[in-house]
Amino acid sequence: MKTLFAILVCITSVAAQQIGNPTTQDGVMPPRGTIAIRNAKIVTVSGPDIERGTVVIRDGKIEAVGANVSVPAGAQSIDGTGLSVYPGMIDAGTNMGLVEVPQGANGTVDLSETGDLNPNAKAIIAVNPHSAHIAVTRVEGITNTLTAPTGGLISGQAALINLLGTAPKEMAVVPQVALVINYPRVAGGGGGFGGFQQQPANLAETLQANERQVDQIRKMLRDAEAYGRAQDAYAKDKSLPRPDRNVVLEPLVPYVRGEQPVIFRADREAEIRGALRFADEMKLKAIILGGNDAAKVASLLKEKNVPVILTGILSLPPREDDAYDSLYENAAKLQQAGVRFCISTGDAGPEVRNLAQYAGMAAAFGLSKADAVKAVTLYPAQILNVADRLGSIEVGKMANLVVTDGDLLEIRTRIRYLLIDGRSVVLTSRHTELNDAFKNRK
Amino acid sequence: MKRLISKLLFVAIVTAMPVKAARAQRPVAPETLIRNATVLTITHGTLQNTDVLMRNGKIAAVGKNLNASANARVIDGTGKYVMPGIIDCHSHSMLDTINEGTLAVTSMVRTEDVLNTTDVDLYRELAGGVTTLNLLHGSANPIGGLNTVVKIKYGRPASEFLFPGAMPGIKFALGENVKQSSRPNQPGVTRRYPNTRMGVEEVIRDAFTRARDYKRTWDEYREASKKDKNLIPPRRDLQLEPLVEILEGKRYVHAHCYIVSEILMLINLADEFGFKIKTFQHVLEGYKVAKEIAAHGAGASIFADSWGYKIEAYDAIPYNAAILTRAGVVVSMNSDSDERARRLNIEAAKAMHWGDLTEEQALKLVTLNPAIQLGIQERVGSIDVGKDADVAIWNGHPFSVYSRVDTTFVDGEVFFDREKDLARRPELAKERAALEQAEPNRPRSQGPSPQTPRRRPSGHEDDDIEIEKP
Repeated sequence: MKTLFAILVCITSVAAQQIGNPTTQDGVMPPRGTIAIRNAKIVTVSGPDIERGTVVIRDGKIEAVGANVSVPAGAQSIDGTGLSVYPGMIDAGTNMGLVEVPQGANGTVDLSETGDLNPNAKAIIAVNPHSAHIAVTRVEGITNTLTAPTGGLISGQAALINLLGTAPKEMAVVPQVALVINYPRVAGGGGGFGGFQQQPANLAETLQANERQVDQIRKMLRDAEAYGRAQDAYAKDKSLPRPDRNVVLEPLVPYVRGEQPVIFRADREAEIRGALRFADEMKLKAIILGGNDAAKVASLLKEKNVPVILTGILSLPPREDDAYDSLYENAAKLQQAGVRFCISTGDAGPEVRNLAQYAGMAAAFGLSKADAVKAVTLYPAQILNVADRLGSIEVGKMANLVVTDGDLLEIRTRIRYLLIDGRSVVLTSRHTELNDAFKNRK
Repeated sequence: MKRLISKLLFVAIVTAMPVKAARAQRPVAPETLIRNATVLTITHGTLQNTDVLMRNGKIAAVGKNLNASANARVIDGTGKYVMPGIIDCHSHSMLDTINEGTLAVTSMVRTEDVLNTTDVDLYRELAGGVTTLNLLHGSANPIGGLNTVVKIKYGRPASEFLFPGAMPGIKFALGENVKQSSRPNQPGVTRRYPNTRMGVEEVIRDAFTRARDYKRTWDEYREASKKDKNLIPPRRDLQLEPLVEILEGKRYVHAHCYIVSEILMLINLADEFGFKIKTFQHVLEGYKVAKEIAAHGAGASIFADSWGYKIEAYDAIPYNAAILTRAGVVVSMNSDSDERARRLNIEAAKAMHWGDLTEEQALKLVTLNPAIQLGIQERVGSIDVGKDADVAIWNGHPFSVYSRVDTTFVDGEVFFDREKDLARRPELAKERAALEQAEPNRPRSQGPSPQTPRRRPSGHEDDDIEIEKP
């Protein structure tokens, strides 16, 4: 029995080594210090670039930025000559930490709950701080991700995390940053040409089925409104009958009251319009995630002030007769139309490291380079209501900074230093470690 | 005479590639002179302020102040970059079907029989500067079907796509797809053999053992028939004939693989039977056995990304290209996806970011190296006089994320032109609107909705999609 136990312990520890990121497995977070990056180009994003300046970081926050900032006594000093400082990139549409290996290792997949309505499924509960994807991603200059559950109609609540930490709590910037709803897809038919879906047998029936799904969401949100009112009433007047607490409805209350944003996954025109109508009707603070057809709905998106997290920049155009660059230029079109947007990989984890490439491609097709940088820094921070803490280099913001040897979005650029929450992060990952282990094998 | 005829017939049948019908008279490519561009020659460096002259479908001259005929088209290349057309050594574009996965050995099937010349992704690839594709069978079985190397002559008949003189090839596959590990057990359905990497080795060993015997039977027959003209020839075996070609060095093996054990297995097996693996495809753990791959003389056709999506891809690292290149392996970056195929320039640049390849080494990953892997390096893969005029003009360095393609030429003819593409859009929008209003296409409130053309799912990774949705 003892032997069996020993073997089991041995097996689990080996497995833990194989799946994971050894750099944070020791449980020790890098310390927060006082750090000054001197003589660097500072791309503040929110204001003009500072061609040669200093950024001072203390206790996790940006303490000073400018051309004539002095280095505090005792600060660790980084010579930034020839380097550029950017705010860390933010990918607002991932499943980072919820899945390690999607195919063939179901035990590592925590993406979708069973059932259609799971507002109480919280990504922050299941984020694996030791996922190999986290270090692989951050060493490319991405310091934050929105991590969302998938599946069903109401998928659950997304977290906004720092890509550093030994426990989910240490990573959380906003543990419940948005509710995620998969806006029901109309199964083809109404959308004109193309579309991947099977042909519906009957358009009327299909639309009815779609409406039934929307109704399921509507009913739950209405229940949550009523639940919130009942709880409030009881709080004011304890002589009323005490309403039971309900863990499913309770988390929905701030969303149905428009206090927190609701992310609707919607790519096609019909679904985007549907989501906008629904958000209007329910008075929700909507964000569109996906947005392949967003340019076709641009004027409405602008009118309703609904932002879009674009995930399809590098995808194939959805319809056979779409222009070859219809998704490459999606961001530029939204920008021209005055729609708020940001750029995301939309990836589960492994490809999130390519976020700069997504933004760069949008810049190759019409978006200005400065806006392309904003689309992965300040814009996602604004859309997720964390621009007071993230997204630019400003005094008082969280010190999530990337020091590069060139243009942040260029493929050949290297990350030289990385700071998350004011902690200087070693630029190693599962990939650098495997590279080191094998590159000199003779 | 009879012997000659039967021999000719045999040769004709064995080497018979379909669609070899007499080609229609091709339009002669117009002469084009690109003036004053930065030319990424691949073989002799990057030339500033240089002209490229294309005539009769070939690169006629590269140099300064070149003269062209009076009727030549002259393109001002100032500020532009000229690069050889990108070669994608692993594509499934324009294949109406990818996997014949019902048997473990399907060397008798040909991708050439399922070419769809109207696949719009071909045009999108041209818009990414791609001109040549290695169309591979999927990875459902240890020995898959035969490949087809094509030039993207979008809008032309299939016969014009075929790359003249490309070495015939075949797809092999090892690992999870072949084992069908992601395919759930169906009640009452016996799983196809093999189910393990042991079985994969056995299937290939068995096939080559049979192929060797089959070759011996034919060799003996040919020898004996020199003396006895009345001998009956052996029965032809369409499955084994391509394997005999492999044994004779007349057909390239492109082997899909991931992990160390299966890579070494195939090297050992090939060495034992006396044939070569031309490319290991994907070969995500190639960096762990770079010296063994180099010693065998195989190439590697890989990804910069695509890691962690399944167990056998969990140890994939983006430094693979650099480690393999330094070990002396000819490496290419492929797409295996109509989506990624449109930006292979960036995939190549990633080998500079991860692993410090030089710009020249990285450029070769999508030009000369895949050409070598397909046996077409005398025709394409660099900007050299006499080579095919397969080139793209970029508006910036192709390794910059901010660059895009202006014009793509195949055999000196324009197959993509961004300006023309943009100019056509209003007219196409009008046509689309008219079609949508046409009676048969209008959505009906009752009854079945109008039929729209179904398209092949595209942009997928290899045949994984087929494994998931058989």
